[in-house]
Amino acid sequence: MRVDVNAFLGAYPFRRVPGTSPGALLAAMDRVRIDEAWVTHLPGIFWRDPTEGNAWLLGVAKDMPRLRPVPAVHPGLADWPDVVRAAADARAPAVRADPTFYGIDPAGPAMRALATACAEADLPLALAVRLEDGRQRHPHDAAPELPAAAVRALVRSHARLRLLVTHADRPFVEEVHFGSTPAEAARIWWDICWIWGPPEDHLETLFGTVGAGRFVLGTGQPLRIPENADAKLDLLDLSTDDRAAVESGNARALAGR
Amino acid sequence: MLIDVHAHFLHDRTPRTDWRERNASRLRAGERVGITIHVASILGSWGATSPTYFPSLTDLRYGNDFLLGLQQRHPDRIRGYVAVNPNYTAESLGEIARCLDAGMIGIKLAASRRADDPLLDPICRLAAERDVPILHHVWQHRRRDWPGQEASDARELGALAARHPRVRFLLAHIGGGGDWLHSLHDLRPLANVFVDLSGSGVDGGMLEACLDAVGVERLLWGCDLTIETGWAKLRYLERLLPRDDVERVGWRNAAGLFPPGAFPSD
Repeated sequence: MRVDVNAFLGAYPFRRVPGTSPGALLAAMDRVRIDEAWVTHLPGIFWRDPTEGNAWLLGVAKDMPRLRPVPAVHPGLADWPDVVRAAADARAPAVRADPTFYGIDPAGPAMRALATACAEADLPLALAVRLEDGRQRHPHDAAPELPAAAVRALVRSHARLRLLVTHADRPFVEEVHFGSTPAEAARIWWDICWIWGPPEDHLETLFGTVGAGRFVLGTGQPLRIPENADAKLDLLDLSTDDRAAVESGNARALAGR
Repeated sequence: MLIDVHAHFLHDRTPRTDWRERNASRLRAGERVGITIHVASILGSWGATSPTYFPSLTDLRYGNDFLLGLQQRHPDRIRGYVAVNPNYTAESLGEIARCLDAGMIGIKLAASRRADDPLLDPICRLAAERDVPILHHVWQHRRRDWPGQEASDARELGALAARHPRVRFLLAHIGGGGDWLHSLHDLRPLANVFVDLSGSGVDGGMLEACLDAVGVERLLWGCDLTIETGWAKLRYLERLLPRDDVERVGWRNAAGLFPPGAFPSD
């Protein structure tokens, strides 16, 4: 069983990206032997109301059970608690928020309220540090990257909150992990899509310092080719147990399954 | 056969105390991926005693010598680009001749001077004379100056390539940051500029766009600082292209670009 916790459906507004339909994503998953993907409605991230993509996402996931929906929640909109409840009712593995794209403080009162609601609903909250390399972003794509301080603030805001942080690099992971208590750090899971392999060996280093138990398979597909996550795992000398944990066991723990 | 056209090594006079581990890691990962030859450069002291992209003559010479030593110790695995700083024209020409005579197979220009600057012309003339390619560091669509380098983009490299049609240029790391699509638009008509696929970027659609812009004939496989992204692109190309075309990208194009006899199977 291999689970990709970081996948997208739908068009990207800043460049043409092939393979954004549900069928194309399933074909890409087959290509790299991924059984299940946690999917975000990509265009919604850029909408004033990102939750308007949720109904379509939930419908797709209902028809294609290998795709698990990660509905978006905008805690600056009045009815956001309903979205969290609906996600829990739909047995979503997580909900997501992209505060810097929404134009709200990533560690402000609205996000803290969302963190509390997620914790109380026993629903992980997914956050992306970035979607693209900052050097190549479209001139109109000006949302700041998620600051590490916001992740630290959110994980401290509720003792039962579980966070999935995607697209983080080694310095970001280290800053948050070692800037948190062990109990806090144990409630954060990191996807591997943005962490470098050899010769810098950032992922190997993090597995040794932070522990393989904190990492989950994430590809960022189709914005990124999913072969990358596989290649970096294949370049490690992981035990069978650790590999299985990264590929699915840790994601199951994150989702509370 | 698989040739990484964009590799780097470190040495004992760089800021990295882990330089041995990083060099060993590159070779170890290369074995796992199946890299036959790493065509590498060393940019002076990598910032220890002069800036990475503005290396001093002393640092360049030390780095080039270190790389020659690696090439001699690993004749089955490593080839070198001689790195020079074109602000020192006469010394650059001498260093290129020295290192090519010692067995290096190409020239590396970092970002010490814009690619379209006339100071690069003598270096290109020497490249033509010696029949070696030039790997040029590129910032894909440089919209402004960045600290620490005088980076060029594809348009500036294109101007240089047009002035030197006999020289073969490698546009460095299309996945190495910046707007690669902008570069590809510029490269389409430049028959003597090849696209090095290295870099940490693994954007969906990037490889298809490269193929569309320059065809399989002008693509070169490489890794730069991240071997896993190179391997990922190779795996993706294996799904996208027939085997013969994968071989062209993986090594045949490179074998035709570098001097005869540069690689074991030549």
